[in-house]
Amino acid sequence: MIYFDNSATTKPDDSVVATYDKVSKEFWGNPSSLHQFGEQSFNLLEQSRAQIAKLLGVLPSEILFTSGGTEGDNWAIKGTAFEKRAYGNHIIVSSVEHPAVKNSVEQLTQLGFEVTYLPVDDEGRISVEDLKREIKPSTILVSIMAVNNEIGAVQPIKEVGDLLKDYPNVSYHIDSVQGIGKGIQDLIFNDRVDFATFSGHKFHAPRGVGFMYKRSGKKIAPLITGGGQERNLRSSTENLPAITAMARALRLLLDDEDKKVAKQREIKQNILGHISKFDKVKIFSKDNEHFAPHILCFAILGVRGETIVHAFESHGIYISTTSACSSKRHVASGTLSAMKVDEDEATSAVRVSLDEHNTMEEADRFNEVFDELYERFKKINS
Amino acid sequence: MQYTEIMVRYGELSTKGKNRKDFIKQLGKNVDRVLHDFENLKVSAKRDRLHVTLNGDDSDKVIERLKDVFGIENFSPSIKVEKDIDKVKETAVEMVKAQFKDGMTFKIDTRRQDKHFPMDTHDINDALGGYILSNVDGIKVQMKNPDIKLRVEVRMNGIFLSSETIDGAGGLPVGTGGRATMMLSGGIDSPVAAYMGMKRGVKLDMVHFYSPPYTSEQALAKAKELAAKLTRFGGNIQFIQVPFTEIQEEIKEKVPEGYLMTIQRRMMLRLAAKLTLDRHCKGVFTGESLGQVASQTLESMMAINDVTTVPVLKPLLSMDKTEIIKIAERIDTYDLSIMPFEDCCTVFTPPAPKTKPDLEKTRACEKLIDVEGLMQRSLDKVKIIDIKPGEEFLNSQEDVFAELL
Repeated sequence: MIYFDNSATTKPDDSVVATYDKVSKEFWGNPSSLHQFGEQSFNLLEQSRAQIAKLLGVLPSEILFTSGGTEGDNWAIKGTAFEKRAYGNHIIVSSVEHPAVKNSVEQLTQLGFEVTYLPVDDEGRISVEDLKREIKPSTILVSIMAVNNEIGAVQPIKEVGDLLKDYPNVSYHIDSVQGIGKGIQDLIFNDRVDFATFSGHKFHAPRGVGFMYKRSGKKIAPLITGGGQERNLRSSTENLPAITAMARALRLLLDDEDKKVAKQREIKQNILGHISKFDKVKIFSKDNEHFAPHILCFAILGVRGETIVHAFESHGIYISTTSACSSKRHVASGTLSAMKVDEDEATSAVRVSLDEHNTMEEADRFNEVFDELYERFKKINS
Repeated sequence: MQYTEIMVRYGELSTKGKNRKDFIKQLGKNVDRVLHDFENLKVSAKRDRLHVTLNGDDSDKVIERLKDVFGIENFSPSIKVEKDIDKVKETAVEMVKAQFKDGMTFKIDTRRQDKHFPMDTHDINDALGGYILSNVDGIKVQMKNPDIKLRVEVRMNGIFLSSETIDGAGGLPVGTGGRATMMLSGGIDSPVAAYMGMKRGVKLDMVHFYSPPYTSEQALAKAKELAAKLTRFGGNIQFIQVPFTEIQEEIKEKVPEGYLMTIQRRMMLRLAAKLTLDRHCKGVFTGESLGQVASQTLESMMAINDVTTVPVLKPLLSMDKTEIIKIAERIDTYDLSIMPFEDCCTVFTPPAPKTKPDLEKTRACEKLIDVEGLMQRSLDKVKIIDIKPGEEFLNSQEDVFAELL
C-alpha cells in the first residue's frame, strides 16, 4: 500500500502507540487526585506539556490540551467571540478556511456576529491589503489558516501578524492543523499570534487529542466548563495517554525536520514534474514558497475526482478528493471555488498529501500508475 | 571545549596553617562525593592544589558541579598535551579561538617545572605568541589585563594549557567545622540556614519531622529533595526522618490551645537534641529568624530552648525575609520550598499562638503529656537515609517519563 492521504490522517507511530498503551495501563490515576497515584499522572501531564512547549519555543502555560483540531478552531473562534462580545462583533476569516472555522463563524452570525470572508488569488492566498481594508473598530478576531488543507497554499500569516501589530485589540488565531512539521513553525509563532490550533492525528499521534497555543495573558472564554482542568479553561478529565503520546509524536516529528521537509518537497516535485507534462492535467498546488511541501492538488480534466481516487485505489495507492471531510458529500472543493476555478475542473480535483515516511520509490510507482490511468481515461475522455 | 583536567585552587584553608592537611583531605573527599556519578574521572588532592583528571568525562558538567563546592577559591579547566611544541601550538590556537571575539587581546604566561624541556619560558612564550598572532585574525598582545590569559605549565608528565579561571564558592570544606544536626522543615528558611552553616564548614545531618496522614508523602519527598540540593556544597547528607504524628495528636488533645505551638517546638527540639548527642554532633541548627512568626520571638525562644543545653544555632537570626528569599533563589531551593505541600509546622498551627509564652506555664502545660514515652516511641521509628548528590525524590518517575515521551 502506498499512503498518500496524510492530510486526512497519519499512521500512528508504533512507539507512540506503545506510549499510549503504557500510560493507559500504568498511569490511569486522575491528574486531579490528591494521592500519589494521581500526583504521578499530574507530573506526567505537566512534563508532556513542558516538552511540547519546549519543542515549539513557548511557555508550558501557553499550551492547553483539547480533543483536536475541530475543537481548537471552535474554541478559538467562539471563545474569543464570547470573551470579547462587549468590545465588538466583527470577525474576519479567509474564504478558504476549514469547515471547523467556517461553520463556527457561520453559527456566530445567528447570534448577531458579523463575518467578513477575505477573497483569495489564483494561488488560494489572501492579500494583507484586503485584510487591512476590512478591519474596523468592531473587529475582534482575525482567523487565518497556516496551510490550506486542500491545495497546500501557505497563507501570509506572518505578514498578517505584522499588520495586526497596529491593531492590538484584535485577536489573531492561526489554524495550524496542516502546518506543523512542515518547516514553517517560525511563521506560525510570529510575534503577534494569540492562538494557534493543532491536531495530534495529523502528526502520528492518536485521534481525539490536540492542543491550542494561547499567548500568555490573552483571554478566552471556555467552551467546555466543568471541573476546572486546564487552568479552568477547558474542563474534562485529561486524556493523559493521548496527551503523552502526542508529546512524543511531536518530538519525533520535529527531530531532523529540515531533512524530512526537503524529502517531502522532492517527492512532490517528482510527481509534479511528471504529471504536468500531460495536456489534460491541471495543477493547483505550485512548487514555490507559497505552497507547503507535502500537498499536491491536481485535476485530470473530464474525469471526476472520485473516479480518479478509486482508480488509484485499485492499484493500492491511497489519495483523496480535495478534503476527506467533504469528499463523501460530492461537493466541489470550497478552496477551489473560492479561487474561482471552474466547477468542472474543481470536481475533477484530487489531492496527494505526503508525510516524512513516503519515499521516492513510491512517487515513481505513482507516476507509472498515473500514466496507465491517463491512457485509460483518454478513451472515455475524448 | 572538552578539557582533560581541572586544576582547583584552595580557598581560605591555605591560611589555616597546621590544620591544612585535614582541610585538604576533607575537600578531596567532598569533591570526590560531589562527582561520584562520573565514572572515569580521578580526584587527587595535593599540598597546594587539587587536580581532577577527567579521563574523558564531560568537562562542562564537572565544571558546573565544582562551582558549588565549599572550600574552592577558583579553578582552571586545562588540556594536557604531549611535550611537543607543535601540538602545544595547535591546542593553544584552538583554546584562544574558543574565547576570542573581535578586538580582544591576549597574553601567554608560561611556567616550567621540567627544566629538561629544551625550550625555556621565553622561547615558549615567543613561539606560542607568534603562532597565535598569525592564526587568529585581529588578535593583539597586551601584557597588562589581557582579555585572554593563556597559562602554559610544563610539568614532568606533560604540558598543561588553560585560559580560564572560574570562581569557586569560597567558604570552608564541609566537615572541617565539625558536625551538627539541622532541623529541615521544607520551607524557605531552613535550607538557607543549612547552606550558611555548611559554608562555614559544618557537616549537617538533616532532621525532618513528618506526620502522616496530616502531611503527605510529597512533603517528605520535598524535604529529601531539598537535602539532595544541599549535597552540591559538600557531598552526601544524612537525612533523619522522625515520626511526629502521635506527639502532635497528643499535644492537640491535652494542651491548651495557646501553648500548642510552644510545646510542639519543645518536643521537636528535645528530639533533635537527643539525636544530636546520640550521633556525637555538637549543635542543632535551625532556620529561625527573630520575630518572623510566633515561635520566633525571644520569649518563645527562651521557652523552647529551655529543654536542652545543646547549642541551638540560628544563622538567619537577624535576616529579613527578602534577604533569605534572595539566597534561596540563588542556591536554587526557593522553587522547591514554595511547592504547596502541607508540612508539619502548618497543620497543627493554632489560630492564635502565644507570641510571649510564659516559661513556668509552658513547663506546667508540658506535664499534661507523656514526654518520655512519646519521645521513645518516636525515636524507635526514626529512619535514616544517606542522600547522594544528584539523587531525586520528587520526580523519581522521570526516567520512566523520559522513556514515554
